[in-house]
Amino acid sequence: MASTVGTTEATPSAPVVPKTTRRKERKGTYPYWFYLPATIIYTIFFLVPTFASFYFSFTRWDLFTSTWIGLKNYQTFFAEQALITGLGNTLIYAVITSGLKVVLGMALALLLTSKIIARGYLRSVVFFPVLVSTIGVGLTFTVLMNPEKGLINNALAVVGIDGPGWLTNPSLALFSIAFVDVWKGVGLATVIYIAGLVSIPQEYYEAAEVDGASRWNIFRNIMLPLARPATATVITLSLIGGLRSFDLIWAMTKGGPGFASDVIASVIYKQYQAGFYGLSTAGSVVLFLVVTIIVVPLTWWLNRGEES
Amino acid sequence: MRFSRTGRRGIALTALAAATTLFAAGCSAGSLGSAGGEGSAGATTITLLSGATDTEVASAKAVIEAFQAANPNITVKHDTRPGGSEGDNLVKTRLATGEMAEVFIYNNGSLLQAIKPEQNLAPLDDQPWAGQLDELFAASSKGSDGKLYGGPYGTAFGGGVLYNIPVYKKLGLEVPKTWDEFMANNKKIKEAGGVDPVEQTYGETWTSQLFVLGDYYNVEAAVPNFAADYTANKVKYATTPEALAGFQHIQDVKDAGYFNKDFASAKLNDGMKAVATGAAAHYPQLGASAANTENVAPGKSNDVGFFALPGNDAAKNGMTVWPGTTAMYIPKSVEGDKLAAAKKLVEFATTQQGCDAYIKGNPPQGPFLSKACHLPSEISQVAKDTQAYFESGNAGPALEFKSPVKGPALEQICIQVGTGQVDAKKGAELYDQDVKKQAQQLGLPGWE
Repeated sequence: MASTVGTTEATPSAPVVPKTTRRKERKGTYPYWFYLPATIIYTIFFLVPTFASFYFSFTRWDLFTSTWIGLKNYQTFFAEQALITGLGNTLIYAVITSGLKVVLGMALALLLTSKIIARGYLRSVVFFPVLVSTIGVGLTFTVLMNPEKGLINNALAVVGIDGPGWLTNPSLALFSIAFVDVWKGVGLATVIYIAGLVSIPQEYYEAAEVDGASRWNIFRNIMLPLARPATATVITLSLIGGLRSFDLIWAMTKGGPGFASDVIASVIYKQYQAGFYGLSTAGSVVLFLVVTIIVVPLTWWLNRGEES
Repeated sequence: MRFSRTGRRGIALTALAAATTLFAAGCSAGSLGSAGGEGSAGATTITLLSGATDTEVASAKAVIEAFQAANPNITVKHDTRPGGSEGDNLVKTRLATGEMAEVFIYNNGSLLQAIKPEQNLAPLDDQPWAGQLDELFAASSKGSDGKLYGGPYGTAFGGGVLYNIPVYKKLGLEVPKTWDEFMANNKKIKEAGGVDPVEQTYGETWTSQLFVLGDYYNVEAAVPNFAADYTANKVKYATTPEALAGFQHIQDVKDAGYFNKDFASAKLNDGMKAVATGAAAHYPQLGASAANTENVAPGKSNDVGFFALPGNDAAKNGMTVWPGTTAMYIPKSVEGDKLAAAKKLVEFATTQQGCDAYIKGNPPQGPFLSKACHLPSEISQVAKDTQAYFESGNAGPALEFKSPVKGPALEQICIQVGTGQVDAKKGAELYDQDVKKQAQQLGLPGWE
């Protein structure tokens, strides 16, 4: 490459020749039609539906016919009572689950990288919930959290505590689901952190010990900054997961009681169920924008920190 | 970043599914035409799509069995679909893609309007049984073009309050004719102790709506023109005191502490069991739900009675009824032998033989919709109570049979009121907003 560029600069009178050569070289290595299958699939399954959804979000659509109504779907969507609760709930849910996954994931990773008995076994125990179906987890916890017949409140009753309606109390429901989400997802965060912590070179710890650093200092000044790529991954993954979470909430409360645990995704699904296809498509576009607005700057910021 | 791509793909998939159905809708008429050509040997196979609850499956199977015995050269396969809004969605999608069964069972009233019968269903006006239908049923099974699209299936039933007869006898209570009498009964039941005055089952969200839906007879008794004005966006729930009363009643009962302790998580069968065994005195419910009493509380069927949700005026007491929530339909795309077979099946369900088969799987809770059918002599107490309202002429259809405007979130809004998240007035306002979307989706005049 360097020599080609050099040639171009040296003979400015005939710039066309080396350019063609370069293109021919590339063409020889990777023929463009190799891209064709991927392009077709990507266009049919991604580009066309994406742009179709942008179009349909501006229409009143009943699957049989669609009428252009401009921005009215967006107006209706933002006037939706459930959406206002839902938007707030989505952010609360995303921040809580993502925050707890970072803290608990880090704590568990510290524990599981230290020299403890049955470390391998404990690692699999922590990771196990990740492998179970979300719907299965949701239904199981719904049974466990039943206020009258559930195991959790029965256990609390033994020690004399009158347990609350975990999923039936409007002000508690969202937090109960967030707790289950963390229980299910913390294993993945832990594994990412374990990988991050294990890849920190041993020399740093040795040098710090020679300097007489306390355990807290080692954690604060070596582990935390050097595990930053892991933190960035955990935050990005869990925040996006939290923002677009749907399955667990739908399995546990369907957004109820009332609209108390509705998030954007469940509001969209309800509009779709009701047959407001244009409205629910507009909702999907809103969700797409919300995720983009939050995640793109965040990823940029996290990655920039990593490079410096 | 893997997750963000999945997120976008989720949206893309929705749009793709949508785009595909649109595409398929465009060519459905042509592609399905060929499907009618099979079965050359005179044997025709059609499919009947029904709901999936125990009683729906049992009654559909019983009807099919009796039909096949009477028509040996027609085979009917049985298929089921989920209920509620999930089922609505499935029916719409299958109609749009031309994948619908030759005969399907679905709601009439406002939900029928939402599947555009004029475009998607075969008219049944010319059928011999069309003249012998219950008038309320016939009126609510027509399209906006005035043609009949639904064949009768099952019985009519009421929406009101199931009550435990032994509790009423023990406390010497009388069936209330006004809301105040109802609340007075509740007070006595509460004071006597041991029995929950009013059962609610928010674990199954649709059960929360009866206070509002079942109160419609009273609304119309006070405001005769409500349905038409409501469809034209001239009156609203929140600003019509008689309509607001339904929401207010939920709040009254809740504020007085009359709900069962597990109201937030209990389900329909828990509620039926409670009112049948006397753990609860009242359960606002559809009369049709009582069909399952024998299964959840064996031997208690005759302990459950039924009365209309009381309003303000004892003289105008009457029951809101569902003239059969379901009817049988044939998609427009069905042709040839299959169409003839499908019409035979629909006709069979209007005969005494068909009706008898139906109630084998689903005990009747009200009169039949086809006048050719008569109830057996032994029917449940709930059915007797319901029929009394019909016979005295004090029965009127629910709002969903008089107006296509019905919001999808009523059940959640009723739960919001019942759990104290919003008050009755606010709940009614929320519901008014909710129905606006439905009206606009249907393109009704006066809602833009």
